[in-house]
Amino acid sequence: MSQLIWNGLFVGSFYALVALGYSMVYGIIKLLNFAHGDLYMLGAFSGFAMLGAMGGLVKSQSLLALFIVLLLAMLTTGLSGVVLERVAYRPLRRAPRLALLITAVGASFALEYGTRIVAGANPKVYPVRLGGTTLHVFGARITVQQLALVGVAVALMVALHLLITRSRQGRAMRAIALDPRAALLMGVDVDKVIARTFFIGSALAGAAGVMAGGYYGKIDFLMGFIIGLKAFTAAVIGGIGNMQGTMLGGLVLGLLESFGTHWLGGEWRDVFAFGCLILFLTVRPTGLLGERVTERV
Amino acid sequence: MKTTALELTDLDVRYGGVQALRGLSLTVAEGEIVALLGNNGAGKTTTLSTVSGLVRPAGGTVRHEGQDITRSSPPSIVERGLIHVPEGRRIFSTLTVHENLLMGGYPVRDQATLRRRLDRAYELLPRLAERRAQQGGTLSGGEQQMLAIGRALVAGPRLLMLDEPSMGLAPLLVTAVMDVIRDINAEGTSVLLVEQNAKAALKIAHRGYVIENGECTLDGSAAELSADSRVVEAYLGGV
Repeated sequence: MSQLIWNGLFVGSFYALVALGYSMVYGIIKLLNFAHGDLYMLGAFSGFAMLGAMGGLVKSQSLLALFIVLLLAMLTTGLSGVVLERVAYRPLRRAPRLALLITAVGASFALEYGTRIVAGANPKVYPVRLGGTTLHVFGARITVQQLALVGVAVALMVALHLLITRSRQGRAMRAIALDPRAALLMGVDVDKVIARTFFIGSALAGAAGVMAGGYYGKIDFLMGFIIGLKAFTAAVIGGIGNMQGTMLGGLVLGLLESFGTHWLGGEWRDVFAFGCLILFLTVRPTGLLGERVTERV
Repeated sequence: MKTTALELTDLDVRYGGVQALRGLSLTVAEGEIVALLGNNGAGKTTTLSTVSGLVRPAGGTVRHEGQDITRSSPPSIVERGLIHVPEGRRIFSTLTVHENLLMGGYPVRDQATLRRRLDRAYELLPRLAERRAQQGGTLSGGEQQMLAIGRALVAGPRLLMLDEPSMGLAPLLVTAVMDVIRDINAEGTSVLLVEQNAKAALKIAHRGYVIENGECTLDGSAAELSADSRVVEAYLGGV
């Protein structure tokens, strides 16, 4: 039982990390960025490239090396997100929503198959494989590496939460999400704030990508597809556009999957997850913490 | 003659095939309250949006204190102190009152200036201080209008543009809002006031313009306009 809960929370914190970027972008420009999962993949690959470039240097200090690579990969992925927004989405700011959505799907394919051309179609083995001692807490087996990864994920989420609720930038993001035109009248450079939102969201996905690479040990150019959909599911469960809701949604999805797998068997995991998505979309489309959108007069 | 705060010359604005402004010209002198009167769709809101850079004119110029700002970006116009309080208040509904005021001060980098202006806004609009931690969307209409004005004050306006501040408010609140506008003006801020409620606007304005179909058809001092039979008939509710 406690093992199931831990597994759920562990996977859930990954989902939450990726889902946050999804939710932020949706919140601010109402775009379902289907390429978001691919930024996660891009993070894993840029981490892979950096670790490769650092060579044997990292073998002894794998956790520290992974941490530095994590920061650099976040930077790279964040910038990729900014470029993606600038090239693919900003020109369509005034276009119908559908055009933007199709572009997002296109961007997703472009990132996937672009990576395939550069890095090849075969899965890559991550040069750092986190090993670690196992602890027993309330009967659950928890490895130190799992704890470290959850710790990083939680730290990133706390930082994001503080940024959004306390800082001037975060306030501007929330204001744009509510009313971009009014924000413009407050003197907010809306384009710049949107670019920053993409940077932050993408960097979080990139972080999750590197951590997944280090944990599972294997990456490939399509690894972002499923996680992108899962992150979307997590965001919907929690309430898309709502940050606390999205974090919660990630954890809930992780737990649902963990228990679902236990009861129904591993092959049912994705069926179960997406079944939950459909259930939420029909029964409670605003998610657990999502508020009903108030009509503006 | 006082110096000119705002000068619009021959503004032409088109939305697709519809001409919203046709050669509109007007001026606001330093320290003046100018009322912009007219019916729905006459082009009042378009005029303000053109000044704040939300709408690009097809022709004509916008000058602020002598400088051409026709092509300036909205943030840089805000930074010059041309502050636009939009129609329908446009309060950030899930931000608190205080956060809404802070949004008004978004371009203000100096913390001391920001704090001084926040204090001033709370002092001038004491209701906001009581509701400081409340979400903006939970305020009443009058309070929201006060918040919208407070938000503009924190930006440090040199010229305040208000779009229909009396809309949807009870008569008593209309008077309260107009009093606040007069107080702000008394401290040296020029005001361009768009109103359908011509009576309330002319009570505090120094001068006024009447626009119809995107053109200025009449202008004069507030006293002249209040006495003009055409204004009385069309905007002051007849005889």
